[in-house]
Amino acid sequence: MSFPWANQYQPKSPLMQWVDSRLPLPRLVYNSVGAGYPVPRNINYLYNFGVLAGIALMIQIITGIVLAMHYSAHITTAFDSVEHIMRNVNSGWLIRYMHMNGASFFFIVIYIHIFRGLYYGSYKAPREMVWMLGVLILLLMMATAFMGYVLPWGQMSFWGAQVITSLFSAIPLVGESIRIWLVGGFAPDNATITRFFSLHYVLPFVILGVVILKIWALHIPGSTNPTGVDVQGPQDTLPFHPYFTAKDFFSLTIYLMLFSAFVFFMPNALGHPDNYIPANPLSTPAHIVPEWYLLPFYAILRAFTIDFLWIPAKLWGVIAMFASILLLFFLPWLDTSRVKSATYRPLYKKFYWVLFVNMFLLGYVGAMPAEEPYVRIGQIATAYYFAHFLIIMPLLSFIEKPLPLPNSIAESVFAKAGKKPVTVGAVPSAAQPAPAE
Amino acid sequence: MVRLFGFGAGLIFVLALLIGAVIPREASVEDPVKKLHLYPREANLAHDGPFGLGVFGTFDRAQLQRGYQVHKEVCSACHGLERIAFRNLGDLGFTDAEVKALARASEVPTINPQTGEPAMRPALPSDYIPPPFPNETVARLANNNALPPDLSLIVKARPDGQNYLYSLLTGYDKPVPAGHDVPVGLTYNPYFQSVNIAMMKPLNDGQITYADGTEATVEQMSLDVTAFLRWASEPELEIRRQTGVATMIFLFILSILSFLTYRKVWANLK
Repeated sequence: MSFPWANQYQPKSPLMQWVDSRLPLPRLVYNSVGAGYPVPRNINYLYNFGVLAGIALMIQIITGIVLAMHYSAHITTAFDSVEHIMRNVNSGWLIRYMHMNGASFFFIVIYIHIFRGLYYGSYKAPREMVWMLGVLILLLMMATAFMGYVLPWGQMSFWGAQVITSLFSAIPLVGESIRIWLVGGFAPDNATITRFFSLHYVLPFVILGVVILKIWALHIPGSTNPTGVDVQGPQDTLPFHPYFTAKDFFSLTIYLMLFSAFVFFMPNALGHPDNYIPANPLSTPAHIVPEWYLLPFYAILRAFTIDFLWIPAKLWGVIAMFASILLLFFLPWLDTSRVKSATYRPLYKKFYWVLFVNMFLLGYVGAMPAEEPYVRIGQIATAYYFAHFLIIMPLLSFIEKPLPLPNSIAESVFAKAGKKPVTVGAVPSAAQPAPAE
Repeated sequence: MVRLFGFGAGLIFVLALLIGAVIPREASVEDPVKKLHLYPREANLAHDGPFGLGVFGTFDRAQLQRGYQVHKEVCSACHGLERIAFRNLGDLGFTDAEVKALARASEVPTINPQTGEPAMRPALPSDYIPPPFPNETVARLANNNALPPDLSLIVKARPDGQNYLYSLLTGYDKPVPAGHDVPVGLTYNPYFQSVNIAMMKPLNDGQITYADGTEATVEQMSLDVTAFLRWASEPELEIRRQTGVATMIFLFILSILSFLTYRKVWANLK
C-alpha cells in the first residue's frame, strides 16, 4: 500500500500465520478489500457502484456457466434449447432471467459508475490507468453483450448480428472481406453462432482479468472522493473493512431488490418481443434495434446523413461510433483542469448535466425509427457529444475559475458534522502496525 | 497534441453533423396505415390482479381450461402450440387421467415396430402437441399463402402481447374507414400492425359450448384463450411471482439489518 498509515496484516490464528508466511494470499485480500486499505472517509453512495459492478459481473459469470450447460449453439437448436431452459430445466427460467436482466443491470451500474467518474474527475492524474482500464472493460462488455444477445437466435439476434457485422463493410477496400471473415460466411449462420458462443464464454473471464488489473491500479493512489482533494493523512481515511464493507453490503441489498423486481415481476420489460420469434433470414423486422444499453451509440451510428469530405455517410457513422468510445481513453489529457470534483467547477458542472441529459436523448433517438424529427435531434445530440469531450472540455480548463477547495477531506467532513476529527485505526506518525479497530 | 488533434476531429464531426442537420431533405411521407392502427385495449384478467400489477396474481384454472378448449376447438385448426407437451396441461388443473385422455385424442407419428414403416400412434402425456400442418409449404397452401404463427410464445413475442391478443380477437367487425382498401383475402382489423390481417374472424358468439356452462361470447372466448396463451408463454408465471415475493421480503429484512449494521459500524465516528 502506498499509504504509510495503512494497517499491516498481522494474522492472529496460527493457521493464517502459517499460510501467510508461505503464500501471502491472506495479506493480499487484507490489503485490497480488508482493513489494510485506507479509503477517503467522505466517499458517498455513488462510490458503491464499483463493488456492485464486480458483483454484477460475478452474477453474469455464474448464471452464464449454468446456462451453457443446457444451451446448444447451433442454428437449428439454439432457440429450442433456450425454451428448454425456460420450461424444462429446474429453475431454468430464474437462471435465464437473471442472466438476461443481469446484463442490463450490469450496464446500469457501469453507466452510473462512469458518470460518477466524470463528475468527480476520477480519470485525472494519477488515476489515468484506472480510467483507461475501465474504458477497456466497457468495450469488452459491449462486445460480450452483443454476442450474448445473438445466442438465442431470435429475430433480433439474427438481424442485430446482420446490422452490426455489416458495419465493418463500410471500411474501404477490405471492409467486405473483413465482414465475411468475422461472420464466417455471407450472412449470419451456424459459423456465426458457434464463434459468438465461444467468444461470449471467454470474454467475461478476460473482463475479470482486466478488473483485477484495474483494482490493482486503483490501489496505488486509492479512490478519489467528492471533494477531489487528495488524501493528506490518516484523519482523511477509514479502513475499507469494516466501514466500507458494511456500507457496500447495505447498497448491495438495495441493488438486489431492484434487480429482483425486474427478474421476478417484469423479466421481459427491458428486452424486445421480437426475440421470442425464431430467427428468420427471409423476414426482416420492421425496426431493428439493439438492446437499450447500446442505443446511444446506435444513434451516433445513424446520425450521419451526408457524404462529407468525400467520405460516405455510412463510414462516418461507423468512425463516429467507434470514436465516441475510444475518445474516452484520451479524457485524462483532454481535461487539463487541476480541480477534480465538479462540485468546485461551476462551469463544467453545467456542461456535465447537459451531457447527462444528452445521453438519454441519444438513447431515445436510437430507439426511434430513422425519420424526422428523430434524425435531426440525433444529429444535434451527437454533435454535442463530440463537442463536449473534444472541444468544450479542453477549453473549459482555460476559461473556468474554480471555487475554493476545502483544505482537507477531514475538514470538509467535520465542518458538515460540526465536530472535531477522530482518527480511527491508525497511528498518525509512521508506518507502525496498528490494531484493526 | 492530444488536445489539438481532438479539437480538429471534434470540429470535423460537429461540422459533418450540423451540415447534415441543416441540409433540407425530402419530407417523409406519412404512412396512412399508422393513423388507422390502434393500440391494444386493456384485457382484465384474473392473474394480473388489482391495477394489473400481478405481484400476487395467480391463474384462474377454470379460465385456463376454457381457454384450452377454445384453442383446441378453434385456433388449433391452423395454429400450432409446439412447445407445450400434454403433460404440461396438468398445470391447468386437469387430473393425470384427464391429461392422458386429452393426449390419447391426438395422434403422433411413430415407426411401426414390426415393419419399420412410418405409422401413427395415440399420443402420450410426454408427447408435444402435434402441429396442424406438417410443414410451412402445406400451411401456406391451406391459408391463402399466409403462415399461421405458432402460439407457444405469442404473448411474449408481441408488444403488450396479452392486451394485443385480446384486442385483436375482439377487433373484427369494425367498419372499414372510407378511403382504405382492404386487399382481397385479408380482413380489416385496426389492432393488427398493418390493419389488414390474413386471419379471418376466428370467433363468433356461441361457436363452442363450454364444458362448465359459461356463455361463449366473443368477449369471453377472447379473454379465456388469451389467459391460456399467457400461460403457454409463461408457464412459470405463478412460481416466479411467489418466489419473487419471498425474495423481496427476505431482501427487505436483510436491507434493514444491513443498514442498522452499517449505522452501528459508523456510529463511533459521529
